[in-house]
Amino acid sequence: MAVEPHPAAGERNHAHRFIAIWIVASLIATPLVVLLIGPIMPPGNGSTQASGHVTDNTVLIGMATPVLLLVLIYLIYAIVYFRAPKGGEAILEGPAVRGNSGVQSTWIVITSILVLALAVYGTVRLLEDGAGSGQGPSPAWPASGKKLPVQVIAQEWAFTYRYPTFGGVETDHLVLPVNQTAELHVTSLDVIHSFWAYQLGVKADANPNVDNVVFVKPTRTQTFEVRCAELCGIWHGFMSDHGRVVQPAVFEAWAREQQKRFAGTAKYLPPYSTKYVPEPARRAE
Amino acid sequence: MSAVAEPATPIPGHRPLWRGLIGFNLLTAVILGVAGYYIGWFIGHQVKGPSFEFTEATDENDIALMLAYAGGVVGFLVGLGFVNYPVARMFGRPPSLREKEQEGVGRYFGLCTDHKVVGVQYLVGIGVFFFIAGLNAMLIRTELLHPVPTAFGPNQYLSLVGMHGTMMMGMMTSGILGPFANYFVPIMIGARRMAFPRIEALTFWLLMAAGFILTSTIFFGGFPTGWTGYQPLNEQAVMGMDSYICFFALVGLSMALLGMNMIATIVAHRAPGMTWSRLPIFVWSVFATSLLMVLAAPMLIAALLMAALDRTINTGFFIASSGGSPYLFENLFWFFGHPEVYILALPGFGIVLELMPVFARKPLWGYRLAIAGMLGVTLLSFLVWQHHLFVSGINAALRPFYMLSTEIISIPTGFIFLCVMGTLWKARTRFTVPMLFCMGWTFNFLIGGLSGVFLSDTPSDTDTHGSFFVMAHFHYTIMGGLIFTFFAAIYYWTPKMFGVIFNERLAKIHFWSLFIAFNSTFMPLFVLGMKGMPRRVSTYAPNLQGLNVWVSVSAFVIGLSMLVFIANVLYSLVLARIPAERNPWGARSIEWEVPTPVPVNNFDTLPRFDSDPYQYGTPVPARGSGALGTAPAGG
Repeated sequence: MAVEPHPAAGERNHAHRFIAIWIVASLIATPLVVLLIGPIMPPGNGSTQASGHVTDNTVLIGMATPVLLLVLIYLIYAIVYFRAPKGGEAILEGPAVRGNSGVQSTWIVITSILVLALAVYGTVRLLEDGAGSGQGPSPAWPASGKKLPVQVIAQEWAFTYRYPTFGGVETDHLVLPVNQTAELHVTSLDVIHSFWAYQLGVKADANPNVDNVVFVKPTRTQTFEVRCAELCGIWHGFMSDHGRVVQPAVFEAWAREQQKRFAGTAKYLPPYSTKYVPEPARRAE
Repeated sequence: MSAVAEPATPIPGHRPLWRGLIGFNLLTAVILGVAGYYIGWFIGHQVKGPSFEFTEATDENDIALMLAYAGGVVGFLVGLGFVNYPVARMFGRPPSLREKEQEGVGRYFGLCTDHKVVGVQYLVGIGVFFFIAGLNAMLIRTELLHPVPTAFGPNQYLSLVGMHGTMMMGMMTSGILGPFANYFVPIMIGARRMAFPRIEALTFWLLMAAGFILTSTIFFGGFPTGWTGYQPLNEQAVMGMDSYICFFALVGLSMALLGMNMIATIVAHRAPGMTWSRLPIFVWSVFATSLLMVLAAPMLIAALLMAALDRTINTGFFIASSGGSPYLFENLFWFFGHPEVYILALPGFGIVLELMPVFARKPLWGYRLAIAGMLGVTLLSFLVWQHHLFVSGINAALRPFYMLSTEIISIPTGFIFLCVMGTLWKARTRFTVPMLFCMGWTFNFLIGGLSGVFLSDTPSDTDTHGSFFVMAHFHYTIMGGLIFTFFAAIYYWTPKMFGVIFNERLAKIHFWSLFIAFNSTFMPLFVLGMKGMPRRVSTYAPNLQGLNVWVSVSAFVIGLSMLVFIANVLYSLVLARIPAERNPWGARSIEWEVPTPVPVNNFDTLPRFDSDPYQYGTPVPARGSGALGTAPAGG
């Protein structure tokens, strides 16, 4: 059995060296990650909510980088320096250290601070109009100001959009005016779906007989994709369409045009319900 | 109970052939299982009434199929001999553990209450279903080579996705507890058997019946819901859904019984001196996992019972138009479902922390911190389930709480990482195959954990929920966590369980190809998810095809790497059979001190423990440690 050098000397050596490597690597890598990967984080700048998510994702990846490096560099360091010498048949023993209360308490304190900071940050971001997530029938964090209500009705396997402020007109594509908050009321006629407008950073489950409200404020004219994000049966993968964000004047014109087209159908439909909850679907017998 | 420990009268060695065929064995079990199936099927078709007319009109009779499955399982268990003992006791026969005292290969194919036999049965049985489910993954990736459906129809594709997910989540729940905890926990704590040996055997055979039922879904149209089985899609689906419900309910039953048995064994059957602070960390992880199993699985059984009643007699628990709520199912399912993912992860923590000291030649660093980590995860995992429902619209005001509780769970998980790092500190590590898999776990679980932070943050989760990002995340934690440690355990304990060693070259090829292909498969999925590709679809945006092809090819390499493992099993365990040394790793835990093969009763005289099993390393000059067993090595 090899004679151990005095443990304290070697230990301090390794500890200092490892921590120095880690700090230098983090100082280099974290700004690089934030500056290079941050801007290409999803989902882009299509709406206030989407831009908020980009910031969130950048903060999260910025905080994750030093943690990732800590463990990775440690593993590599351990593989390089703390391995048994090659060739020897006899098993060499390491030092019988069973813990270090200083390291343990430092670790507990630091991880706790990190985690609490993350939770507080996430909560603060969530309080901004729900950050694009479905908030249920009575939103805890409603958006302020003038809002355009749109009902999103999911069914197997398509979305229909209803504009109550335009006579309840129904269309199969979502069109929104730019720079105005839309109040989407997501619901379903049959199974659970999920309304996911990727470029707008919006996702809300569509549940039968539930009015799931989500706020979104598009910030530029664009075409965005709408997909179903909850498994809803065999054609789930094909449940998608495209929406548009347009200038307010274009939107007004489009809505009037739709209303004219819809007029023939509208008189056969029951009066538009302001509850946003569709009539309970009768159970298929 | 005292009569149990007495040596039972040996079973006569040579019975006539007809006696062997008529007795209670796998053949009888299959015959009675088929009979029970058709009896249930027949009774189900006798149910008539105004609300059941559709059963004749559509050829879809859920009542008949449910009863058929129930009858089949009962017949199967009766055929195996599970009611012999209670019936014998009713007629006043003395108690015995006769099933334990069997010999020969035959005991592996029937009811055997020897915990070591059950462990091997679990390993092989679960292994078969693991490879079936893995094959499904290969088929899924074949379909995803193209952005439009080519290989499978939409129903076939969703059934493959559902089969893969459900089989992996269901069968691999016991992936480490089944084979390795059953085999080694009694030995590690110095017991001669599990607390309830018949229940132990029952958990295995229930699981096998369940796996068979799930596979049979292909005869009834498959099921479209994935492993989550959300309502009301569940209610809408064809009869194949009944297979999912029966499968998962049986798995839940098996899990709850397994957990209860483990807890009872660890609490009541420890040998003298095996105090709680000397318990091997693997046993602690089994204990924590068992607590989760006992508390979470009944919730699953209840939810599935309600789903079954909804589908058969229209009770309407989850149907909005009948006054029920799909939210109820989501809540019940994830109240089970989130502890479930820690049921999968915790045994992996135990394996890594148990094996690393052996190869690092150091005591486990931070034993108490590791226990605190495991118990902390156990407690917190019951408080986080609504993070699966961040966009569902259920009480949004509670989201900050679930965000906080989910992020807090990374504190106890961090303890495990600190213990791993502390154990490697100034170690003399030998990078054997089991150690390589443990190192692989450390890397994979790190990525899995850090990607989980994105999902726990509600604003960020709004983008990634239901996308491939989630899929990549839980494959990193479950496949990278559970499956890597599963293989670590196989390579580590094979010399003990089978008395032979694996070919090391093939084993290393297996590790490196698996590790590289695994990361090459799942790392790009994070990108795909962030680019907006939803889960469980057979069609995607054409601009994502390049990455998808990359992922599919990498996934096929995972498949090839598994073939290397199978080749190694065939070569090393069947062809070469090179006998292993008694203690090939130089480990100091007790399972390496009992003879190989382990005698039926494990110990002639019960061992006495005077230290924990981590007596490695050269003693350090007093530095105020001594908090935990400073007894000299070799105790």
